[in-house]
Amino acid sequence: MHIADFSLGILGANGVVAGGFPIIAGAGLSIKLRKTDQVAVCFFGDGASNRGPFHEALNMASIWKLPILFVCENNCYASTTSASYACSVIDISARAHGYGIPGLSVDGNDVLAVRKAAAEAVERARRGEGPTLLENKTYRRRGHFEGDPQRYREQTEVVEWEKKNDPINRFAILLRKKKILTKDLEDEVAAKADSELKEALQFAEQSEWPKPEEALEDLFINS
Amino acid sequence: MSERIMSCSAAIAEALTGEMSRDERIFIIGEDLVYHGGIFGQFKGLPEKFPGRIIDTPISETCIVGSGLGAALTGMRPLIDLHFADFVTCAMDEIANQSAKIRYMFGGQVKVPLVIWAPDGAGLGAAAHHSQSLESWFVHTPGLKVVVPSEPADVKGLLTASLREDDPVVFFQHKKLFAKEGPVPEGEYVIPLGTAAVKRQGKDVTLLTYGSGYYLTVEAVKELAGLGIEAEVIDLRTLKPLDFKTIAESLKKTYRAVVIHEACLTGGFGAELVARISSELFDYLDAPVLRVATKDVPIPFSPPLEKFVLPSVEDVVKAVRQVTYR
Repeated sequence: MHIADFSLGILGANGVVAGGFPIIAGAGLSIKLRKTDQVAVCFFGDGASNRGPFHEALNMASIWKLPILFVCENNCYASTTSASYACSVIDISARAHGYGIPGLSVDGNDVLAVRKAAAEAVERARRGEGPTLLENKTYRRRGHFEGDPQRYREQTEVVEWEKKNDPINRFAILLRKKKILTKDLEDEVAAKADSELKEALQFAEQSEWPKPEEALEDLFINS
Repeated sequence: MSERIMSCSAAIAEALTGEMSRDERIFIIGEDLVYHGGIFGQFKGLPEKFPGRIIDTPISETCIVGSGLGAALTGMRPLIDLHFADFVTCAMDEIANQSAKIRYMFGGQVKVPLVIWAPDGAGLGAAAHHSQSLESWFVHTPGLKVVVPSEPADVKGLLTASLREDDPVVFFQHKKLFAKEGPVPEGEYVIPLGTAAVKRQGKDVTLLTYGSGYYLTVEAVKELAGLGIEAEVIDLRTLKPLDFKTIAESLKKTYRAVVIHEACLTGGFGAELVARISSELFDYLDAPVLRVATKDVPIPFSPPLEKFVLPSVEDVVKAVRQVTYR
């Protein structure tokens, strides 16, 4: 859950819902102060858009025209609570208007639609025109956690979505139609993904547990 | 090193001028900074000297602290002005969950050079939302360093050191101290975090204090001298890291101690000091270690009520007489 790779500019997945908004505002400010052409991107869900940091960060990013792309993955559920119950708007992107920035909703399961919208927002940020709120409408096919009994939704809803709307299947159908994805290539991609995952699993299972004393490391620079 | 007499406010501005000239990555972010040089005039002259590096924000404490963290993670060295220390409550996630833990949670991948500068304390009739001393909350949060200076020279030396730290520092400065004057060394002056100062030598009792408590203690020491009690005064200056060695050396000489702080009594930093002294220096004690602190209520607005709940010079004298049996 808590992953980060600062060498790649990944500032960390956050254990606190909406914890990333103020941090991304700072990354955007830092880009402006350091005068680079970077763009900061913040991923979050429908639930996070109900917390205060979302609103403070959008306002701050707007007044300073920070190069930030706010990407809402609206997957319809925050833990057990549906967005239709908890959000005051149907489209999370509508919240952008309160902060004077563009907000748009796209089909989040359409890979090319997401790519196009994101590329435009990144270009806009690089032109110095400020942040964009992009809402990708999608669906959470698994529970909030492994073993989630999911009493808050009908199982038919999940099955229906998997059948019709899985973004990987949809993209594959498109690529097959365009004759880009051949049977051989599809098998090759699937086999490669499968072996990478197996390798990762094996690495995790075979790795030693950390030494207990390591719990006292890395708190401060000199500890 | 030659010294001049100057106020804490001037010492802050001098430390920042030195460090901001030396390091272009330092900037100051917070509310109401540019037009008046900060609400206490503590950054006077800096907006003109460093245009674009003193940044006024909306009233968004969560995002002020969090954006400082985001900037620190991406190559900058921000000083966050919290306006009043009481507003830490509006940014507690960003301080205690994010800034304090991010290095540890991600295996030491990243440095967090961040100073959260927070004017605190009572005595100005500013009531319960603008008067607190909250340092022990942050001492109790692993991952933060906590600085509480008293005199202008300490302010300069500790602020300079804090700006050079690669770990997050919460820097509390009492509001009543802005106008306090004292000698301040010229030029570059650094006091490493984790060094207490013995500010008065004495053989009868050790007085452990910091921040505004220092001035209360200095007043009390004069009265105690009149009673023939020679107190040693230790200004802790930083609570985390804590210079326990200096405390121990003094106690091995005096065998008695009183802790004086403006934060309220229960769960205050005095409790930590008493615990450490009793576990590490028990054999050297000739009396229980007492604490002088604010009563356990919010700071009242009415002047007589505020005066009543805050620790007084008389409280310090009384506690010292109790531990010295005089």
